[in-house]
Amino acid sequence: MRCIRLGAGAGYAGDRIEPAAELARDGDIQYLIFECLAERTIALAQQARRRDPQSGFDPLLEARMRAVLPTCAAKGIRIITNMGAANPLGAARKTAAIAHELGLADLKIAAVQGDDVLDTVLAGDYRFEESGTPVAELAGRVISANAYMGAGGMRDALAQGAQVVITGRVADPALFIAPLLHEFGWSLDNCERLGQATVVGHLLECAGQVTGGYFADPGLKDVPQLARLGFPIGEVSEDGSVIITKVASAGGKVTPATCKEQLIYEIHDPKRYLQPDVVADFSEVTVESVGDDRVRVTGGRGHPPTGLLKVSVGYVDSYVGEGQISYGGPGAVARARLALEIVRERLASTGVKTSELRLDLIGIDSLYGPTISRRAAEPYEVRLRVAGRCDSMAEAVRIGNEVETLYTNGPAGGGGATKSAREIIAVQSVLLPSHLAQGSVVMLGATS
Amino acid sequence: MKLRQLAHSRTGDKGNTSNISVIAHDPADYERLLREVTPERVKQHFADVVKGTVVRYELPRLGAFNFVMTLALGGGVTRSLALDAHGKSLSSALLDLELPDS
Repeated sequence: MRCIRLGAGAGYAGDRIEPAAELARDGDIQYLIFECLAERTIALAQQARRRDPQSGFDPLLEARMRAVLPTCAAKGIRIITNMGAANPLGAARKTAAIAHELGLADLKIAAVQGDDVLDTVLAGDYRFEESGTPVAELAGRVISANAYMGAGGMRDALAQGAQVVITGRVADPALFIAPLLHEFGWSLDNCERLGQATVVGHLLECAGQVTGGYFADPGLKDVPQLARLGFPIGEVSEDGSVIITKVASAGGKVTPATCKEQLIYEIHDPKRYLQPDVVADFSEVTVESVGDDRVRVTGGRGHPPTGLLKVSVGYVDSYVGEGQISYGGPGAVARARLALEIVRERLASTGVKTSELRLDLIGIDSLYGPTISRRAAEPYEVRLRVAGRCDSMAEAVRIGNEVETLYTNGPAGGGGATKSAREIIAVQSVLLPSHLAQGSVVMLGATS
Repeated sequence: MKLRQLAHSRTGDKGNTSNISVIAHDPADYERLLREVTPERVKQHFADVVKGTVVRYELPRLGAFNFVMTLALGGGVTRSLALDAHGKSLSSALLDLELPDS
């Protein structure tokens, strides 16, 4: 049976670059796929693009392309990525310039657009899924609205001969579904295949998270050589079944357990994993070891899509100020609690208005709240952390200041104070009828 | 005994919703986990964190469960004031759940 090998070159925007170069060199792959967009990334990228129209794509695009383009071009490995963020065309032009400089003059590069639906969302009557609040209530604070697009646009770009396909927001698994549609000629109506293709994409999209990254728990779950973790390869057959594996000499491991953790990661109802092209059903999926670092995954199914696309709307939400300081030795926790009370009183008495305030002791209750840790032994050192939400940057700054002044005004022995204040770009979702977002392909050559 | 001895786990996030997998090391323990690790217990365990509901989805073919917890991430990853805004560390605390020995 015919088989396509897909490599995952990144699982998030800041991911390691060497494992992608290793896959291009030693992975015997036909596609190298970089997933680089978190929920809020496009909103931040849109802000960057407003300041500089040439920017708005992934800041690591150049480093990643330089690391893999020569090898990929030589071996005919095609690249697919969402590093276009808020400016896929700008990212494609940048890639074309890099290819030209590297002497890869005949490389065909495609930008796939259509995910930017800001005008449509602002013109319509949409409400946020979680809160039910109308988008219109945010008035002038909305920065971006991007639909999670399906695989169709990327498939078309591949059909037009693109060797590098750069897109903005797409559903992460769609990056991996597109080459399968192209290679095997599966139609977008084939729910069964699209369901299993979603399994493939979901397993690969976080890169190292299926090859032993984010898995190790010494003594219980050991993973070799995480400092040189290998990124995954999905060996996909024409019937949709996949074997997840890695370059043999790379670090990490692929086992049924690593695959199960990634399969369930960030899904809700396993029978209804909503995707733009399909409602995937993971409930009958099975995993089976078929060799060293080789795990066969089958059984993904699917139903027709809902006809609605998830859209991430980015907006200026608030300003958050934060301060931290550490206390140690005997009595550390009592001094830190005293310090928290001092900060709380100071914020009130100096009129710093917060719509939300968190007073944490890192080492005691910052991750899970006070209940879980109440029986734990007292730590030898503890770090106080105060974070508050304000309506202005000027007020947010005062929160960190009130932590810092604990140095000379607070309990004995506080050390290592830090402070920060930042504008919060938040993201919420709306649902948009699918026909209101259409993908389109722009082809570039390396010299353009 | 601790849940950690029978299962492993990973947390994911979408908006203000957190999901935590519980995966039996040995699929033979699936029924036992089904009995002991109920959504009510998980909700109680995370009383300070989860302000919404806990729904448990069963994946018997994987020997696994998926717990989906709403209003669990301080208003959503992108605006939460929490140190761990994604709630990535929740899985480790769930594995601290105490189970009867047999």
